Amino acid sequence: MNKIRVIVAKPGLDGHDRGAKVIARALRDAGMEVIYTGLRQTPEQIVAAALQEDADVVGLSILSGAHMHVCPRVVELLRDKGLDHVLVVVGGIIPDVDIPKLRAAGVSGIFLPGSPMQEIIDFIKANAQPRLERV
Amino acid sequence: MSGMKTATPPTTSGRGRWEARVLEPALAKAPERSGPFTTVSGRDVRRLYTADDVPGFDYETNLADPGRFPYTRGIHETGYRGKLWTMRQFAGFGTPEETNARYKELLEAGGTGLSVAFDLPTLMGRDPDHPLSLGEVGKCGVSISSLADMERLFDGISLADVTTSMTINSPASMIFAMYLVVAEKQGADWGRLSGTIQNDILKEFIAQKEYIYPPRPSMRLITDVFAFCADQVPRWNTISVSGYHIREAGATALQELAFTLRDGIEYVQWGIDAGLDVDRFVPRISFFFNAHNDFFEEIAKYRAARRIWSEVMRDRFGARDERSLKLRFHTQTAGVSLTAQQPYNNVVRTAIQALAAVLGGTQSLHTNSLDEALALPTKEAVTIALRTQQVIAYESGVTSSVDPLGGSYYVESLTRDMRDGAYGYFETIDRMGGMVAAIEHGYPQREVAESAYKFQQAVEKKDKVIVGVNDFVADREEPIPTLYIDESVAERQLARLDRVRRDRDGGRVGRALDQLRETAAGTGNTMEPLLECVRAYATVGEMCDALRDVWGEWEEEPVI
Repeated sequence: MNKIRVIVAKPGLDGHDRGAKVIARALRDAGMEVIYTGLRQTPEQIVAAALQEDADVVGLSILSGAHMHVCPRVVELLRDKGLDHVLVVVGGIIPDVDIPKLRAAGVSGIFLPGSPMQEIIDFIKANAQPRLERV
Repeated sequence: MSGMKTATPPTTSGRGRWEARVLEPALAKAPERSGPFTTVSGRDVRRLYTADDVPGFDYETNLADPGRFPYTRGIHETGYRGKLWTMRQFAGFGTPEETNARYKELLEAGGTGLSVAFDLPTLMGRDPDHPLSLGEVGKCGVSISSLADMERLFDGISLADVTTSMTINSPASMIFAMYLVVAEKQGADWGRLSGTIQNDILKEFIAQKEYIYPPRPSMRLITDVFAFCADQVPRWNTISVSGYHIREAGATALQELAFTLRDGIEYVQWGIDAGLDVDRFVPRISFFFNAHNDFFEEIAKYRAARRIWSEVMRDRFGARDERSLKLRFHTQTAGVSLTAQQPYNNVVRTAIQALAAVLGGTQSLHTNSLDEALALPTKEAVTIALRTQQVIAYESGVTSSVDPLGGSYYVESLTRDMRDGAYGYFETIDRMGGMVAAIEHGYPQREVAESAYKFQQAVEKKDKVIVGVNDFVADREEPIPTLYIDESVAERQLARLDRVRRDRDGGRVGRALDQLRETAAGTGNTMEPLLECVRAYATVGEMCDALRDVWGEWEEEPVI
């Protein structure tokens, strides 16, 4: 069985990494391969990691309000690298008005505070396309 | 005094008899809920506390009267009958002008102190035009880059007459230097200034991760502030040793207590090692704790904190000045406990948490606003948060008697366990060579992450109920109005920064920054060159970069 590979990244200047670390562990415990990039990653660094690790999913944790800058840029850079198949999900504090804009920009999953871990795990399992299935 | 001694728990108890004769038959008829009966920190709680749970309890060594060593019952003889706590609401967003207007509203509404929240670029020592600042300017706090911003932030507010708390850590000495220069320009005597800079880098490495330099040079910046203030700003609180963020990152109440106080011990040790006399700088050290949902556990935490600090300062460091022995603390209710779902419930959570802080004897308090799981708070939400404190202070009656829970079997047992548990952590950390060494090994970081994950698992399994989130969920929720910070803030701050750079004397800035680098590479006090940098309108980014040139930057090993 091919494991889903997930990059969990914490972009921007914010260092509040509780959510990123908890979700990284939960995804790993759910049988995925998780690479946590650590703090203060630029969109370029995140996409480089996705390319290098042959990731199926990029998960972004953003609490600071920088999501409208970071998320569309990550999606755009993934496309530039031919990584259109990579599922992009974001978790954090996202105002309602920004949710349709993020979806339009290509963010597939948006998870707000209080989202159960299981919901995020199920979403990724249902929507990620692991390597062997892509040809 | 003798009246208070009746709080001493009696030495005999009939719990065993009661369990056999009364409890067993009752349980046979009506079993208890399935539990688990644990605190929010996962600590088991007994059905009933009696004198058996505080064996050998001695009033004088465990409690003593208020205002007397070991200060378990409080540092003030009269509790809140003399002076209420300071109602200090943390605020900052957008431009300095917008935040200045919010401060004036808070002061008019009866707030009694200011508390500045800075945006992430400022906290990380970056100017608004740095590539990493993109999208972050003015979002989580106010954007402050040079003295010009600081002058606008406090425009029309007399710094001699307010007390100001500034939540700033890595660039604490730069921002403090700006505050001092604004005061100087207002004609205020530094000797009369009163307030606090957070200036606590250890909890940044442990929890909040807003560090710039490696731990050791970071500690030097802090001891420089200790020495500078002892000479020139004697009423300033030079550090607010913070458990708040450690708790928010997932620590248990005990871990919050233990790591925070051990951080405090580390600062005292480094101050002494830098040549300072313990009683010259320790009286200006203050603390900052979280107030989480578990009411009694939190109260026990504050009471234990006071006792431990006085014991450690006296016995480990030989402090003699009473002010060195008295732990003073600020409290903020737990942001992490707020829910985005059914946000009005957060008013209730915050009220319970605030009440715990008051019963624990806090010196100042910030109550969170109901909308803070969604955004920075609106003016209306902030007003309810402040009113919550006023209801506790003026309507609840809890302020009339000092340490009203003193002598409760449960609270005293919890307080004792907290104290013993904290000393256990101290031993572990001492064995590692102190807190800086423990941080370099990633020890407290791992402990906190482990607790965070355990708590999340308990929530997922519904061992811990969060109303509105994993139980009592509403089918449909009406959105509430929230504050939205747009990009115009960044544009205005960038334009201002350009103007500052054009108008200042570039030669003077360059010389001041060179002097800062030279001092940092040597052993002098960094505050003096920083003051000159500020007067020359050097920016936060430029000052921090000068020190990055000398000390480099810290990067932590990402571990999950």
